[in-house]
Amino acid sequence: MTATVERPAEIVPREPVNKGREGWVRRAPLLPALVFTIIVTQLPFLFTIWYSLQSWNLVRPGSQQFVGLDNYVNVFTDSQFRGVALNTVVLTVGAVLIAMVLGLAFALLLDRQFRGRGVVRTLLITPFLITPVAAALLWKTVLFSPTYGLINFVLSPFGAGQTDWISAFPLTSVMVALVWQWTPFMMLLTLAGLQSQPHDVLEAARVDGAGSFAIFREITLPHLRRFIELGIVLGAIYLVNTFDAIYMMTQGGPGTASANLPFYIYQRAFLGFDIGQSAAMGVVVVVATIIVSTFALRLIFRSFQEES
Amino acid sequence: MTTTVERPPVQEEVAPAQRGNKVGPALLTVLTWIIGIGFFFPILWMVLTAFKQEADAYTTPPTLFFTPTLDQFAEVFDAGIGPYLLNSLFATVMSTIFVLALAIPAAYAVSLRPVKKTQDVLFFFISTKMLPVVAAIVPIYVVVNNIGMLDNVWTLIVLYTAMNLPIAVWMMRSFFQEVPKELLEAASMDGASLWRSMREVVLPVVSPGIAATSLICVIFAWNEFFFAVNLTAAQAATVPVFLVGFITSEGLYFAKLCAAATMCALPVVIAGWIAQNKLVQGLSFGAVK
Repeated sequence: MTATVERPAEIVPREPVNKGREGWVRRAPLLPALVFTIIVTQLPFLFTIWYSLQSWNLVRPGSQQFVGLDNYVNVFTDSQFRGVALNTVVLTVGAVLIAMVLGLAFALLLDRQFRGRGVVRTLLITPFLITPVAAALLWKTVLFSPTYGLINFVLSPFGAGQTDWISAFPLTSVMVALVWQWTPFMMLLTLAGLQSQPHDVLEAARVDGAGSFAIFREITLPHLRRFIELGIVLGAIYLVNTFDAIYMMTQGGPGTASANLPFYIYQRAFLGFDIGQSAAMGVVVVVATIIVSTFALRLIFRSFQEES
Repeated sequence: MTTTVERPPVQEEVAPAQRGNKVGPALLTVLTWIIGIGFFFPILWMVLTAFKQEADAYTTPPTLFFTPTLDQFAEVFDAGIGPYLLNSLFATVMSTIFVLALAIPAAYAVSLRPVKKTQDVLFFFISTKMLPVVAAIVPIYVVVNNIGMLDNVWTLIVLYTAMNLPIAVWMMRSFFQEVPKELLEAASMDGASLWRSMREVVLPVVSPGIAATSLICVIFAWNEFFFAVNLTAAQAATVPVFLVGFITSEGLYFAKLCAAATMCALPVVIAGWIAQNKLVQGLSFGAVK
């Protein structure tokens, strides 16, 4: 393990051939996927940059004209945009971290021999499989509904009454639904990590008289580290794009109290038809994401370096 | 027998200590069961409600015992979920096939026959997942509109392929790395054709990986909503879009909504249940075999 960490930044150092035809023959199988990905995922961003320099509203035909950086000035003076950006950070970081802590706890519980373990694991992974739109509907109607919701029914002995959870705590409600959906994902990853622990090392530590907590902190946690990092990075990639839950549960409201950037930009583009403005927001989001993901990529990168 | 004398006596102390403490593990087992059932309960309740009459769905306290009925499912079919299910199925299957057709050769190239810059290519793929989809939706909408492909299921197929391709390349790569290089070399020395060594050496090793990758692609494609709601209407819309429309029209009918949501979620849930181990392999990017 220690030797691989020292390795220079190269995942696949085997016989790098890069000259002439041989190189192209080797590259050929890669090209279709590469070209397709560039066309479908990168070209739109170039257009986004171009649109972001225009004033263009779809409901006013012929309104398209070049305005330079005006849209960007608007983005940065838009106090709603700042609030929404903050919501995005809170929602993503909150949901990822809570889901990870719960997922790790559940994984530790499942990493034991007991009756019905397979069944419990099956039950626990199901929220991740449920279509997000259906999951959000479930939370909105079956669980959070003020009159018929299960949450109020369960809490009624404690005097919960008919609290309208989604109106009272819109952002938190969305986060609860997301944590419910993503905890299984984190659990599966950390459980996989736990089960790949070398048993002889654990046994040796136990023989040496190490306590359970010491073993967890000194051996298990370091071993789990790359699984935890992978879970956090992948979870964040998907959760930062959260749209379905907000669309279904709150429509970003009241006002923009529970809107995140994807939802806000969607509103501007498809309800306000303001192409230029929403494109500028998109560019700002992309730049911010690039900054954050540079760190994230480094994490993934380190994980896979250790693996290979 | 003499060797046991060498053993440290610590072991014998550990065993009775573990035996004496049986209540703890039992409590943990009970706790695990409670958490599992608690997490699953909302889904169970949704499915139960789908089999209720509307009158039973609205009682406080909630009814546990009722006469099950299929009326709600019949009504969801009457409301026309059929074509939406077919669209979802078609978009999911076709995009998964395209993803595999593109990702398998790419993963082969980056793992078994690497050239320089391979690593850059890998990170390019994963970096496309980090760019927020919403930043691309405006130009995608404009282009799709201009070429007359709005409300066309093929638009979704192309976008879902692009959406799942990076993850698929990374997953498949990790499985290709398991192929024993010595066997490949031996095969090519014996004069085996590329096709034969693929079939006899590579395929047996990577086929579980293909299954795991397909499952992940199917889950994400079936559940996708953002592109579907923005780029399709009556012709090409998928099941999640149907569900949203259904809420608008039938929002006050709990049981009917639950029936629709159950039908929307069920195919993927069953697939995931059956292939749980594949799910773990895929999600850990092959870090777990």
